[in-house]
Amino acid sequence: MESPYQSLDLPPAMIATATAIDDWVVVWPVALSLLGAGLLVMLRRHRDMQLAFAVAIILAIVVSNVTLVLRVLETGPVAMTMGKWLPPFGITFGADMTSALFSLAASAAALFVAFYAQGEIDAREHRFGFYPMLLLLLCGVCGSFLTGDIFNLYVWFEVMLISSFGLLILGGRKVQLDGAVKYGFLNLLATAFFLATVAYLYGVTGTLNFADLVAKADTIPLGIMLTLAALFLFAFGVKAAAFPANAWLPASYHTPAVSVSAVFGGLLTKVGAYAIIRVLMFVLPEGRAALEPVIAVIAVATLLLGPIGALAQTNIRRAIGFLVIGGIGALFAGLSLGSMHGIGGAVFYGVHSILTITALYLAAGLVEKMSGTTEIRLMGGIYAANSLLSAVFIFLVFTISGLPPFLGFWPKLLLVEGGVRAGDWFIVSGLLLNSFITLIATSRIWLHVFWRNGPEGERSEQRNTMLRALSGAENRFGLPSVVVLAGLIAALGLFPDWLFNASGMAGFDMLDPSRYIAAVFVEVAQP
Amino acid sequence: MEVALAGLIGVFFAVAVYLLLSRSIIRMLLGVVVLGNAVNLMIFTVGRLTVEIPPIVPAGDYLPLEGSANPLPQALILTAIVIGFALFAFLLVLGYRAYQELDADNTDTMRLAEPPEAPRPPLSY
Repeated sequence: MESPYQSLDLPPAMIATATAIDDWVVVWPVALSLLGAGLLVMLRRHRDMQLAFAVAIILAIVVSNVTLVLRVLETGPVAMTMGKWLPPFGITFGADMTSALFSLAASAAALFVAFYAQGEIDAREHRFGFYPMLLLLLCGVCGSFLTGDIFNLYVWFEVMLISSFGLLILGGRKVQLDGAVKYGFLNLLATAFFLATVAYLYGVTGTLNFADLVAKADTIPLGIMLTLAALFLFAFGVKAAAFPANAWLPASYHTPAVSVSAVFGGLLTKVGAYAIIRVLMFVLPEGRAALEPVIAVIAVATLLLGPIGALAQTNIRRAIGFLVIGGIGALFAGLSLGSMHGIGGAVFYGVHSILTITALYLAAGLVEKMSGTTEIRLMGGIYAANSLLSAVFIFLVFTISGLPPFLGFWPKLLLVEGGVRAGDWFIVSGLLLNSFITLIATSRIWLHVFWRNGPEGERSEQRNTMLRALSGAENRFGLPSVVVLAGLIAALGLFPDWLFNASGMAGFDMLDPSRYIAAVFVEVAQP
Repeated sequence: MEVALAGLIGVFFAVAVYLLLSRSIIRMLLGVVVLGNAVNLMIFTVGRLTVEIPPIVPAGDYLPLEGSANPLPQALILTAIVIGFALFAFLLVLGYRAYQELDADNTDTMRLAEPPEAPRPPLSY
């Protein structure tokens, strides 16, 4: 007998058939990291099991992200809407190539960080939940990349923010508290402004779903559009540490444990950059076009300020913090070009930057452990003490500066080609100068830390007696993860074909949202 | 009604920005609270204000009554309040710990992570 409530239970706003099981791949990265974090919290007293479980879960996340990338490469964007509601009403998760690639790179970087951390995190930090917070951070990051709803994006930002607070103060040294205050206030301010802008956007369009917003954004008058775009640019610019709002990053990223620095530097700023590309390029393209000169100036200023700041630093991790900022400039440059080459190049650069910055922080961490200091002036002579680490570091120096045939060269090539085609010499010269100054800054670090024999002021023939060899745990966990990550970066750099294809697709779907919209609005229920 | 609330939100934002520009951590914390409330009120107002008709779909009908309240902003605000409260609680403890450990409520004297007299970068190698 039919239920009398049949008509009420399935109103027309609901999906009649369940999402195909294959499409669930969009939520697996988020669901797995949430479940994994819960599991690890329950196992927090079992220090011996934390690493094995964390690595197994992150590996599963990497596998599901690979599946997602292959799926998107094959059939285009994938989407899924929660709770049986039809898309504008239910919360949508949607992945085009941009989301999938960023999510894959982030989870891969987190995998190496999780392994590295075992050689660094002590028993107390284990008990306070390093691995659960790492997984929650990954959850927030993947959620931000994969969500198809702008309010949901805010929620993932906050998930990411609160787990990053936890990681930042883990250990509770004075310098960490100082860094966390600055990091905390500025990031909270940025999310508050982001939320305020979401409120305006909702007030104007009456919807929060990306795919729905794309259609409704056409009707927004230019003045309101400009306000919205400028506010989004401010909020995400602070998150991404773009030029005028970048001071919080070098003030905080060098204070926590090395693994935490690495995962922050690799992942967090890229989420801000992804969000600005998603919102300004995909949802509000007219706003981006109107703000293009502003974005170009921010991009070039960020591109130049980053490496110049790195040049002036004597603290090795602070110097790398400035390089993170320089990389954000390249992503903004792609946004400012706004063409296939620009967006494709920005996505490619994001993938490169996530992996390379993580590796650079991890390698710098081993250098700090060996020399027992954070000061570049007092390091020296590591080339003689550990030639493998020196080789990996010089490789990373070449990669981050964008020398061929390493990974950093290819996205720069795309971006510069885009700039030349558009005749935008301002952006092109910014990108090339960034590579040049980055090369000077990073090779100078290599020279001082590895090649020179002793600390500054000593005669260079003397050996640096302050160095110690890497401990057993650092040799078992730290060094292998740096070497394997560098190997992965080298392999991607030598065989960049599929990344070119994928970022081309990312640029295509970002400029033309029709395939994404088609994936979101799959079917209409028959009442 | 919207105009009055918009004015109130403006005042909230002004107060929040004024407090956040202070050098003292405790004032900045108060600024964060006021800012959060300003944003929540704003979400409420942009959802359009209506009175007295609850957003409940009558039995046997598909659509809510004409002019009923918009339930979505309330769901959004509830989420934002919970998150904002959690973050504020964290910042409050962080501010207190920073005061205990660094003996500073003034951001100008909190220069541990970025020492004011940083050494010059090495000129030779």
